[in-house]
Amino acid sequence: MSKPVLSGCCKQPAEGARLEPRILSIWCAQLAIDRWQLAEGVSAAPFALVGEVAQGLRIAAPNAAAREQGVRAGAMLTDARAICPALAVAPGDPAGDLAFLERLALWAQRWGPWSALDPPDGVLVDVTGVAHLYGGESALLADAARRLTARGLTARLALAPTAGAAWALSHYGEFLPGTGRGTILAEDGGGARAGFPEGAARSGIPAGAPPPCFAWSPSPDGGGMLSELPIAALRLDPVTQLVLRRLGLKRVGELSGVARDALARRFRSVRAPAANPLVRLDQLLGRVPEPLLPVLAKPVPLVQRRLAEPIRHRSLLGRVVEDLAEDLVRLLEGQGQGARRIELALWKVDGEVLVRKLELAEASRDAAHLVRLFAARLDDLDAGFGIELARLAAPWCQPLALSQRDLEAAAEVHGTSLAACIDRLSVRLGEAAVRRAELYPSHWPERAQRWVSLLGAPSTSVDGLQHRPAPPARPPVHGTLWVVGPGERAGVASSREAGQIRPLKLLDRAEPIAVIHASPDGLPRRFSWRGQVHEVLRAEGPERIAPEWWRERGGARLRDYYRVEDGEGRRYWIYRHGHAADGRGGLPEWYLQGLHA
Amino acid sequence: MTEPSPLAAFARRKAPSSLEEGVGGGAGSDAASLRERCIPHRHHPLTPPLKRRGDSRWRPGLGGAAVHSELFASGHEASGAGLALALALDQSCGDERPFLWVQDKAALRRSGRPYRPGLPPALRGRLIHVAADSCEDALFALEEGLRCRELAFVLGELAGNPRALGLTASRRLSLVAGKHGVPLWLVRLDAVRDLSSARMRWQVAPAPSAPPRWNPAAPGVPAWRGELFRARAHPPGEWILSALRDGLSASSLDPSSGQSEVRKFTRSW
Repeated sequence: MSKPVLSGCCKQPAEGARLEPRILSIWCAQLAIDRWQLAEGVSAAPFALVGEVAQGLRIAAPNAAAREQGVRAGAMLTDARAICPALAVAPGDPAGDLAFLERLALWAQRWGPWSALDPPDGVLVDVTGVAHLYGGESALLADAARRLTARGLTARLALAPTAGAAWALSHYGEFLPGTGRGTILAEDGGGARAGFPEGAARSGIPAGAPPPCFAWSPSPDGGGMLSELPIAALRLDPVTQLVLRRLGLKRVGELSGVARDALARRFRSVRAPAANPLVRLDQLLGRVPEPLLPVLAKPVPLVQRRLAEPIRHRSLLGRVVEDLAEDLVRLLEGQGQGARRIELALWKVDGEVLVRKLELAEASRDAAHLVRLFAARLDDLDAGFGIELARLAAPWCQPLALSQRDLEAAAEVHGTSLAACIDRLSVRLGEAAVRRAELYPSHWPERAQRWVSLLGAPSTSVDGLQHRPAPPARPPVHGTLWVVGPGERAGVASSREAGQIRPLKLLDRAEPIAVIHASPDGLPRRFSWRGQVHEVLRAEGPERIAPEWWRERGGARLRDYYRVEDGEGRRYWIYRHGHAADGRGGLPEWYLQGLHA
Repeated sequence: MTEPSPLAAFARRKAPSSLEEGVGGGAGSDAASLRERCIPHRHHPLTPPLKRRGDSRWRPGLGGAAVHSELFASGHEASGAGLALALALDQSCGDERPFLWVQDKAALRRSGRPYRPGLPPALRGRLIHVAADSCEDALFALEEGLRCRELAFVLGELAGNPRALGLTASRRLSLVAGKHGVPLWLVRLDAVRDLSSARMRWQVAPAPSAPPRWNPAAPGVPAWRGELFRARAHPPGEWILSALRDGLSASSLDPSSGQSEVRKFTRSW
């Protein structure tokens, strides 16, 4: 086996240059079971956590006793029950596991300045230049092993210059020749360093179960110990592993036996690292950088007041909310943030929690505004025997630069901002009451505009599709209402809108009318609507709008629209629903849908 | 308390000189400060300088003198909202801020919802619509809109004569509109002319449109018959108003002159 490919990877920097990176990989091999046992207690009986997939229940994580009986993760529950009839199961909690892993990653920052998640059950910590603080790498590993064991986690640790190598060693370290549990692999200069078991004994790890720990440093002259690792140590997805296994490649070192060109050709079109063994190999050896996404703790701005005496009156509660809002605003100001969502939680004496939530149209840091918005929401509270703790939190914040405060006097003279106006309207009338009209690409008149909330993010995609710049100069068209003029703002009217004359207002439901027309398919002569007869003096039409076959059912009828004006000058938009010979119903009916200005 | 009470309105009517005396004198510091607050530093929109010598008759393009106007119209047609939009565009031409259109439930049911493709082109992208359940909610929305500095104007549509829209509420709207300089166009659908503090009150009816050039049988440019029956700064009159491509045209129908006198004032939007 040729090993030069595995060598020469992490070049040793000159003295005084930047430190060689060291990554600590922590693999909690049985994270879900460990969490379950921490919560429910250790049981010696066979037990497994199951998850629901499309085909039924599958084993997500078996405990040690179940594994001894032959229950494997990924098996169907019925198969596992056939092997081990005494198997007890409980539903797994993948979301809780991930949340636990996030907390673990933050906790693991005790060994290095930053850490990254390695879902579903691993954590990577950058410990570059840190080991000497613990008295060497073996002492660092011993410390990590001791603390993880003390937390009740079954962890396997590895220390390597790259994230890929650390991951491989923590998962498949025992596949290396001549390694047992707790081995220091040292290739630098060929000399072995102090073995880990002594270090472990010195750190006081329980002698019963020292977690496997591996530390690896590449040698400058070559000697790829990692070539004995199985292909699975490259963090490849199962499909790619299967491909490689069919090609007869089982060990990492065998990849270098094949011509690199051949592998590169085979995986030429694969960009994802998890599906391309060459990228993974290069990441393992440090030939290409692999950035890790660090986990950052982001505390939610939160203020609370414990009340000496439970309050039962609305006015006192208002005072408390004002104080809380001022505290929160001060806190947000310090962070340069503005609140978009605010939650007020009130703990009652009997332990019940009342929660009121608010969302704002724009990041805000105005205490008076917040109090005013909450005022309408607090009137229907049932304080019961009193409220003893009030807490105000802003789970969703956005950066908001410091600015001069909008003093009450200034608001009095200059008025409020649009965002504040919309907040007030939405809080009192409901979010669905304050909306703006957005164009929608549809021929059907009532579908051509949509009402969208102003609180959400402005979506300009539809408008952006439709709006083209207005033609520079257009001959004046006499007799056309609201023609797009040359001096008009670009983007106000789309080209679709320009040629059509549409009513100013549309009824929510088109109202049926009775129409008399001159000839069977001619213009309408007279119609009655809401008990009043209108003589049609002038009419234009029909403008035929066919139903959109990709949205409607097959039997939908077309509409023939007419613009009509009656003797008094009232202008309406009426349509005939279908025509007599279309075979989609009886005689067509007439409706009035819009009112022209 | 961000809003002066309706009683404070009466303090405003006094001449500024007597007010200044009141500030200096011991007439109660509360009242003095109230008056002081009621008078903005700039020119007060409720008391525009009347041009005694010139023509005080209303015509298009007069600008932003009126901040609170009422238009009485039938709920079975869109002439009220149409003329209100035309007048608002005439008054605030070139303004590109959004505008608020408030409708109560009865108005919504009776005369429909605004339709963006049918709005005047200059207003299409600027509509913020408020559908209020009751008249009280609609009045609240109108007042909040008038208090907002980022709105070009506020258009209200209320049906009938609800109890909540009395003289007090009307006066309150006038005060807020005057203070913040945001014009209010209140369309009253199927309402009788009750007490109100609006500065201009119109009765709107549709008028036959001028026949278009290319298809004389088709309806043309919208036209309305507007009767200005109550205005502070202008004598009453009656016009045929029409929203042309480049502005609002008004043809006076003056009954006092015996025959209908037609004068066109056109102002480019």
